[in-house]
Amino acid sequence: MEPLALYIHWPFCLAKCPYCDFNSHVRERIDQARFAAALRAELAWEAARLGRRRLGSIFFGGGTPSLMAPDTVAALIADARQHFDAAEDCEITLEANPTSVEAGRLRAFRAAGVNRVSLGVQSLDDTVLRFLGRRHDAGEARAALALAREIFPRLSFDLITARPGQTVAAWRAELREALALANDHLSLYQLTIEPGTAFEAMRRRGELTELDENTAVAIYDATAEETARRSMAAYEISNHARPGAESRHNLAYWRYEDYAGIGPGAHGRVSVGGTLLATRRHRAPEPWAELVERQGHGTTDQNAVAPEERAREALLMGLRLAEGIDPMRFAARTGMTLAEALDDTMLHAAIDEGYIQFDATLRATEEGRRRLDALLGAIVR
Amino acid sequence: MTDTPIDRIRNFAIIAHIDHGKSTLADRLIQVTGGLSEREMTNQVLDSMELERERGITIKAQTVRLAWKARDGKDYVLNLMDTPGHVDFAYEVSRSLAACEGSLLVVDASQGVEAQTLANVYQAIEANHEIVPVLNKIDLPAAEPARVRQQIEDVIGLDASDAVEISAKTGINIEGVLEALVTRLPPPKGDAQAPLRALLVDSWYDPYLGVVILVRVKDGRLKRGMRLRMMSTGGVHMLEQVGVFTPKLVAVDDLGPGEMGYITAAIKTVADCSVGDTITDDRRPATEPLPGFKPSVPVVWCGLYPTDADDFEKLRESLGKLRLNDASFHYEAETSAALGFGFRCGFLGLLHLEIIQERLSREFDLDLIATAPSVVYRIHSTRGDVAELHNPADMPDPSQIDHIEEPWIRATILVPDEHLGAVLTLCNERRGQQADLTYVGNRAMAVYRLPLNEVVFDFYDRLKSVSRGYASFDYQMDGYAESDLVRISIMVNGDPVDALAFIAHRSQAEKRGRAICERLKELIPKQLFKIAIQAAIGGRVIARETIGALAKDVTAKCYGGDITRKRKLLEKQKEGKKRMRQFGKVEIPQSAFLAALKMDA
Repeated sequence: MEPLALYIHWPFCLAKCPYCDFNSHVRERIDQARFAAALRAELAWEAARLGRRRLGSIFFGGGTPSLMAPDTVAALIADARQHFDAAEDCEITLEANPTSVEAGRLRAFRAAGVNRVSLGVQSLDDTVLRFLGRRHDAGEARAALALAREIFPRLSFDLITARPGQTVAAWRAELREALALANDHLSLYQLTIEPGTAFEAMRRRGELTELDENTAVAIYDATAEETARRSMAAYEISNHARPGAESRHNLAYWRYEDYAGIGPGAHGRVSVGGTLLATRRHRAPEPWAELVERQGHGTTDQNAVAPEERAREALLMGLRLAEGIDPMRFAARTGMTLAEALDDTMLHAAIDEGYIQFDATLRATEEGRRRLDALLGAIVR
Repeated sequence: MTDTPIDRIRNFAIIAHIDHGKSTLADRLIQVTGGLSEREMTNQVLDSMELERERGITIKAQTVRLAWKARDGKDYVLNLMDTPGHVDFAYEVSRSLAACEGSLLVVDASQGVEAQTLANVYQAIEANHEIVPVLNKIDLPAAEPARVRQQIEDVIGLDASDAVEISAKTGINIEGVLEALVTRLPPPKGDAQAPLRALLVDSWYDPYLGVVILVRVKDGRLKRGMRLRMMSTGGVHMLEQVGVFTPKLVAVDDLGPGEMGYITAAIKTVADCSVGDTITDDRRPATEPLPGFKPSVPVVWCGLYPTDADDFEKLRESLGKLRLNDASFHYEAETSAALGFGFRCGFLGLLHLEIIQERLSREFDLDLIATAPSVVYRIHSTRGDVAELHNPADMPDPSQIDHIEEPWIRATILVPDEHLGAVLTLCNERRGQQADLTYVGNRAMAVYRLPLNEVVFDFYDRLKSVSRGYASFDYQMDGYAESDLVRISIMVNGDPVDALAFIAHRSQAEKRGRAICERLKELIPKQLFKIAIQAAIGGRVIARETIGALAKDVTAKCYGGDITRKRKLLEKQKEGKKRMRQFGKVEIPQSAFLAALKMDA
């Protein structure tokens, strides 16, 4: 069996960013000890039913996991290593904000066992950072990047593109600087106005106008061009890495491998006794903690994933990757062949149009990936 | 109540352009003669249907019996016939006029004669009416009675020197109108001893009484308990109630020659009551029916489809209910590949179509889509037979067609001089043939022969816009003529879209085909694959548009926590495709076709 990917969710933030629809919560005071204990308890519960498996990666996401006490991170890593057989090169990532306070704790996280950090830089422009509701400025971001590079063997950071009013030229300049600052991995997300966010409310009131489609497309093209020039081509829709530096943890999602999700609102896909289970924990932090304290875990949903659901999930994740989908692995994982999962007529139309290549693997081409949502709608049966 | 001697009866209609005050005058006449108490007077009593009220038009004929003691000291019965007020109902108007001996020609003293007035006054003249000109709104500062009087003489050729000057709104000189009716209109003629002949003027469905028939007795008497026979169909019904309108329904024992009133006879649907039919006594039938009867024939057809496919049965029921009260529209179920299940419906004209559509949405809460209206063509096949065609989908292969005839109209357009050029250009663009062009003061009156199919295609809208709303328009059917007509199919990625096919003159085909292609290009959202939209005559493409593939459509972030939601979105997307129409490898939402058709309206 492929190694397990372990996701640990820290649900708290100092403030909610206007574009964010993640499961994050702002509290005056956080009972660090209580949530640390609950996370460790839920990890132990999940590990007990998964059995002693190989562990390929741990990912601390949020929320803002850099607000966790480094001791908690250390304890969770130690627990995981105890419950599972951690690979020697086990990738342990922690998401961090580049404020000076959080940057100050980076060494402690490294000491706790974190070997890869993902910084939420979002922009290298102060005006934009204020618009995005971030608590750091560009100077802090650059400093945090420099510091993180000293401390961690691996480093990634995020930028948000296709922001209202952004020009292609300005984006190219920002991206070039980012590529110069980058170590081996970058996530470049086109801004999406998600339901329930502050940005959505602003758009409704006419205070925010999304970037026009033509410019968004031009920015997408410029991104591909600039990153390829620096040997950082996309290995996934929004993720760029030097060869070998891809996020192993995220690859587990896109390759549709087993991942366990610990913490409020965390999702999982885990094989238990030959059945693939989709799991989800209670979203709200305190009720989740109560559940864990009462029953050892905060699971609210747990369903067996049917073969056709597995096939759709494997396709919608796998075609995001430049490497595509291995037909044998797909069949073994989903119980369906690609031929059974895809509409033959539409698949061939997509191949003829240059959106799909299908030989040893099934891949969306660059032209296909940029239209992946429509492409999936067409070819998935 | 009905023992009035025939020489004390006057039957009259009111002819007027919309807004020139017909209904207001009718209300005044009822008020002055005491037909209704003050409390019962609502504005425009006669236009009882909500829709009629809103549009200021009359769809059904109605009558009111007015009692008037004239200056000669004698009591008269004045029967006011309110006629349908639009050209679509020209035949119904002619039957209403046939029930009267005279007409009031009401003209707005500031606006003057309009095209609609003209068409109706000519019909009244044809019906041998004594016509009394009435100048209304005489109290308005803009009133020019002398000019309008002159206009009536110049345009219509009527002596207007004795025109009655009134203000229906303020009640000035209503008595003058009543006196003119008594002194200037001839009394009706009729033989009380002859077998019964009553003209069926109109009928409507009343939930309590069943079908109520509006009649004018020509000869003989209508008595309760008679067995009535409809002379056109031979249908026999037991007469249950005879009465008059005051305008309330008041039952009487009988109605003699010259009288107007209503009858009920346990008739379930107005389809059994053809306007213009002669009602006679089944035991002692008349030998000859009254002249002028014509069965009603739809001249304009279109498909009506529910926007929501689940409403199909509701639409069927609603059409059935409407037809209870309006036998002049026809419907039959049809299926369209693009629009699903619906009905092919026939109407007396464009207004009639619009009224039915509006009533369906208003009274039955249906959201409908109408395909482009089509006229009735006559297809002469190479085998020598003739078939009528009103659905482009039914057009036979050109190799089987010898020639096609299309219906023409004779249109009368009145327009201020400064807009005449634009109106003439429009008529010429629409293949019009000028029959007459005269001036009435500073207004031109253009009489044109036009193919009806050019008029059903947004002619009113264009006329209004090129004349800045000043042109008035009226028409009569004017026979069929051979024409070079073609069917234009609209294709999406090579597949024809049945609901968008239409028939047009060859000279207009390319322009219209291109217009539809351009419109669809705007309406169909970009998709994964590029989409070709073509208009074609047979195999020959006459217009083409291409919708390019969408440039980008991808979720930026998708990690472990997003999979379930994304999968469900994908499944929903698949489900949504059931409402799509597949054209090769592209799927077009039905809503795009609906919108394309809506823009025609």
